[in-house]
Amino acid sequence: MFKILEKRELAENIVKMVIDAPLIAKKAQSGQFVVLRTHDKGERFPLTIADYDRDKGTVTIIFAQVGKSTEHLGTLNEGDGILDVVGPLGVASHFDPAIKKVAVIGGGLGCAIALPQAKTLHGMGVSVDMIAGFRTKDLVILEEEMKAASANLYIATDDGSYGIHGFVTKVLQDRMDEGVNYDLVVAIGPIPMMKFVSELTRPKGIKTLVSMNPVMIDGTGMCGGCRLTVGGKTKFACIDGPDFDGHEVDFDGAMRRLSMYDGMKERSEDCNLVKQAEGKK
Amino acid sequence: MERNMSNEKTKMPELDAQARSKSFDEVALGYTREMAMSEANRCLECKNKPCVPGCPVNVDIPGFIHEVKEGNFLAGYKKIIETNGLPAVCGRVCPQESQCEKTCVRGIKGEPVGIGRLERFVADFAISQGELGVRDLPEKNGHKVAVVGSGPAGLTCASDLAKKGYEVTVFEAFHTAGGVLKYGIPQFRLPKEIVDLEINVLKEMGVEIKLDMVIGKILTIDELKEDGYEAIFIGSGAGLPSFMNIPGENYNDVYSANEFLTRSNLMYAYLYPEYDTPMKKYGRVAVIGGGNVAMDAARVAKRLGAGEVYIVYRRSEAEMPARVEEVHHAKEEGIEFHILTNPTEILGDDKTGAVTGMTCVKMELGEPDDSGRRRPVVIEGSEYTLDVDAVIVAIGQSPNPLIKNSTPELKTQSWGGIITNEETGETSIPGVYAGGDAVTGAATVILAMGAGKTAAESIDKYIQG
Repeated sequence: MFKILEKRELAENIVKMVIDAPLIAKKAQSGQFVVLRTHDKGERFPLTIADYDRDKGTVTIIFAQVGKSTEHLGTLNEGDGILDVVGPLGVASHFDPAIKKVAVIGGGLGCAIALPQAKTLHGMGVSVDMIAGFRTKDLVILEEEMKAASANLYIATDDGSYGIHGFVTKVLQDRMDEGVNYDLVVAIGPIPMMKFVSELTRPKGIKTLVSMNPVMIDGTGMCGGCRLTVGGKTKFACIDGPDFDGHEVDFDGAMRRLSMYDGMKERSEDCNLVKQAEGKK
Repeated sequence: MERNMSNEKTKMPELDAQARSKSFDEVALGYTREMAMSEANRCLECKNKPCVPGCPVNVDIPGFIHEVKEGNFLAGYKKIIETNGLPAVCGRVCPQESQCEKTCVRGIKGEPVGIGRLERFVADFAISQGELGVRDLPEKNGHKVAVVGSGPAGLTCASDLAKKGYEVTVFEAFHTAGGVLKYGIPQFRLPKEIVDLEINVLKEMGVEIKLDMVIGKILTIDELKEDGYEAIFIGSGAGLPSFMNIPGENYNDVYSANEFLTRSNLMYAYLYPEYDTPMKKYGRVAVIGGGNVAMDAARVAKRLGAGEVYIVYRRSEAEMPARVEEVHHAKEEGIEFHILTNPTEILGDDKTGAVTGMTCVKMELGEPDDSGRRRPVVIEGSEYTLDVDAVIVAIGQSPNPLIKNSTPELKTQSWGGIITNEETGETSIPGVYAGGDAVTGAATVILAMGAGKTAAESIDKYIQG
């Protein structure tokens, strides 16, 4: 059992939990994830580590209650235990120390995963432009934390109810048009967002890292359920990733695999960016 | 009782093939006392015991069978556990026909003695009497040993070391112990309750099992040493599934056998929605491969409701690595065998990711290859499409790379197997031993157990100096 030390609702349906897991905290690095199981008949599912504190021995997870398992996790309270937390899994993000200017882009809940990357880069002395996109004002999370981990924070909402009106791709495009030269773009969020960001940066040859979060069982390379096509080759997100070169990832294939159990369990990939892109076609 | 000179084994009662192909209940029902004693009386108790060297853990086979003849079933069980920590498991899943039973004298004229069936009988008898386990353990000797992985290799190593008085801690990556016995071998062949009972024996012997611990990630081999473990055994299995690298392999309805079996066995997807892990329903399933894992996957697919299940194997049936009994059971349950058939492409719907078919070519056998098996060669113009809506790839697994990646001094083969001294199980790092599928690539439960046993002996020598 892994005790929940702190629980907070960051926005509607979006929950942050700080978990007592000293051994995991000791090893965790940004970009890595844990696999959880909340009860005896529950499934195993991955969540990216949003933060960790080696001194206190805690890891933080932030999740949206969008399916049976995350909903059940959301019913647990401070003082309760999570049955299984396994990690830290996956390859930690690696950043070239020569990098000077970076855009870290988070989409919705993806901001929770983008934040530790921004923190790491910010801590390395890199100038970080944090671009965070949300559907609407009520869903904005982690604003203070993102501000603290970046040189400039740009918040955008799809409906214009807060910050810049539009998608993160618009903000990125505007910045690039203004002449900002990014050495690296980190994009974490819904697959369509990562795909469109990668398409924006591809012609400019800006290295773009994305974080993939496919269906997974063990998280140790054993099942191959998390496989995706990267640069024409099959890769396992759990042991080869979860970070990959956005210009190499077959996002459409990844999207298809993610939709596999639709109808058997709910997933909210209700992405406005896709709707707009499809409307344009 | 009279010596039984029948040329055939006493028949094993089984669930009816039709009924069982819809059920996850155990297929083989086990001998009654009378059946066991009758079968035991087929054993001639040869002086030179040709069966014993055929057993990777050297069970005193005529010795335990002698007790069964006398009706001393518990004594028979105790004889086995002197050398084999998992008799209820081995009696069910060992490939006896290529091991102990292969060299049985009775096998010359007829069928060998049903050693595996008798082993299972005495183990089940001990369970029914609440007598499973080892009594009279020595005092703890104060030496700590870590075992990585709780599959057959790790459990055997832990059991043997505990019997010698060592303080053993087993680190398991999953949320439950048992390794391949839990995630790989299906319930109808090896009930998980049996695995848990055998693991409880270990716990009663004082072995500590730490779950949710992925060694190589949460702790490295070096850190285990720093934590005071004087020796370490790596039995982390062959966890990395191989794919064919043919077009279409990443469509949604293509599974590694590992994923398919793990969903069903470990996560109980066959009981969805009582359990949360889902499994899609399929009508026609192709399983690629000819080993025990392929048979297991095919039989699980059938039980999950697929109307047609095909085994697609590129060599002929004679070359199939699966146990004869598993092939037989699969056929009885209506699995169709497409032998000398090789898939070339998986067809699917690019919008939904659904599988719509699989293109195959027919093969013929040519000259023997490196493995001594005749190499299959494509027959020109034999291409055809198999109408399937799911494909399960069961062409093998290689060792999991997590420990290798975090332990640079650990020498491994190019394909990932940990390099060891075969006599001792010692790796390139002093005090670190390895065995089972992590060393050999995917093999059998009993070979893994044999390796665990060898390593336990070597660890004892290493620590005692």
